Amino acid sequence: MVVAVIVAIAGVGQSLRLYLLASTPLLASILLVNTFFFPGATDVILRLGPFDATGAGLVAGLQGALRVVAFALSVAAFSLTTPTDDLLSDLERRGVGRRAIFVIGTAIGTVPRMLERAGEIVESQRARGMDTEGSPLRRARGVVPLAGPMVIGALGDVEERTMALEARAFTATGRRTVIRAMPDQAVERILRWSLGIGSLLLVGLSVAGILAVP
Amino acid sequence: MTAGSPGDRGIAIDLAGVRFQYAGSRSWALDGVDVSIRQGEIVGLVGPNDAGKSTVCLVAAGLAPNVTGGRLEGIATLVGQPTTSLSPSAAARLCGILFQQPLSQLSGTAVTVWEEIAFGPRNLGLPLDEIADRVQEALTVLRIDHLAPRDPGRLSGGQGQLVALASVLALRPTALILDEPTSQLDPAGTRLVGEALRALAAAGTSLLIAEHKTDLLDGLCTRIVVIVGGRIVRNGPTDEVFEDSHLRGLGVEPPARVRLTRALAERGVDRDVVTAAVREATT
Repeated sequence: MVVAVIVAIAGVGQSLRLYLLASTPLLASILLVNTFFFPGATDVILRLGPFDATGAGLVAGLQGALRVVAFALSVAAFSLTTPTDDLLSDLERRGVGRRAIFVIGTAIGTVPRMLERAGEIVESQRARGMDTEGSPLRRARGVVPLAGPMVIGALGDVEERTMALEARAFTATGRRTVIRAMPDQAVERILRWSLGIGSLLLVGLSVAGILAVP
Repeated sequence: MTAGSPGDRGIAIDLAGVRFQYAGSRSWALDGVDVSIRQGEIVGLVGPNDAGKSTVCLVAAGLAPNVTGGRLEGIATLVGQPTTSLSPSAAARLCGILFQQPLSQLSGTAVTVWEEIAFGPRNLGLPLDEIADRVQEALTVLRIDHLAPRDPGRLSGGQGQLVALASVLALRPTALILDEPTSQLDPAGTRLVGEALRALAAAGTSLLIAEHKTDLLDGLCTRIVVIVGGRIVRNGPTDEVFEDSHLRGLGVEPPARVRLTRALAERGVDRDVVTAAVREATT
């Protein structure tokens, strides 16, 4: 519910459809497995040949699917509402180490660059007569010559990039200069703290057996 | 003597009897290299492929063996301090280095060219005003102000090379080592870099430029060093080295000025007249 409210406030509901669509196979499998194969459940609500769907299984499946949806929407809402540079700037302002910042930034930026490089390699292989289209078997054969240059190229990049970083004082001691201070309004701080405290409270109540959190 | 200023003798980079062996290799990539570069001097480093030019750059910048690993013999100093006693960040304050592949030199974390150039000064923890000044100066000197808001990952090879050079310049090092700084630049970009390097040297920066384009070095360098098989085989004033009749045999193509002068001299045109005319046309 909290995630749904945040998504609504952020106004990214439309963009989330793709994420939900991508989660569909996982959600369907959670629902089916739990509904038909929930251990110990006897309250049959539907018979399909040798398989029995149970009420307890259906409830467990819905709970599991809801957790997955909440997790997927949280990640999606975060990536849709938070530009990478804003994230890195704020982490830096909060004193996160430059190595950690670099790892996060590089990891986010690596995927599109790797895809770009893969495209270049495929194009060059195609130019040399390799069949990179057609049947799945033919495409599978093209993976090996693609993987080699990708891995070797990436390793070569790492060596030169390491030296380049060292030559740009990356390992200097002391705090790195922060060039952008992200706005952080009082209402945002209050919401953040409330969410954090609320989460801890729920976990505490659940562990203590006072509140049954599914 | 203070860090960041050349030593008593004004020598910024000094390699004396340097031998270097990469980790896992049995042969010496450099075998007895002696090169000194004074304050404000521009030295060109030429040689055939695999001669050891890039290795000289790495050793002189203090990256080999400190970062690359390997075995170093002899003495390599930056502004009077042995490179082996310098941390990489301390070496970076004294000496900037530009590698052959500009895109792999970018940090990968900056979203704009401005931030990319600011990466090094930010690492040093400089005040924001000074960082802004340095970035603007580097953008202006290379005339790439228009690239400031662009994504560094979406630049052409030539633009990437200029941005990588600007990123090094923003550190304002005492010495600058450039490994084929114009390999991806068009003639206009090459000329621009030449002008920027000349201005840097005039301001006191010492420059070592490893380059195949002898035409660029001809109008720029005070001295040329020729390396073959990890050994220095020529080291002298630019004219003297480039006019050496054995240069081509060493795997180095003489600059167009020298070739033209020779061709015309063979046809009876006075050498000095040709040299003067070519210099006038190319500067």
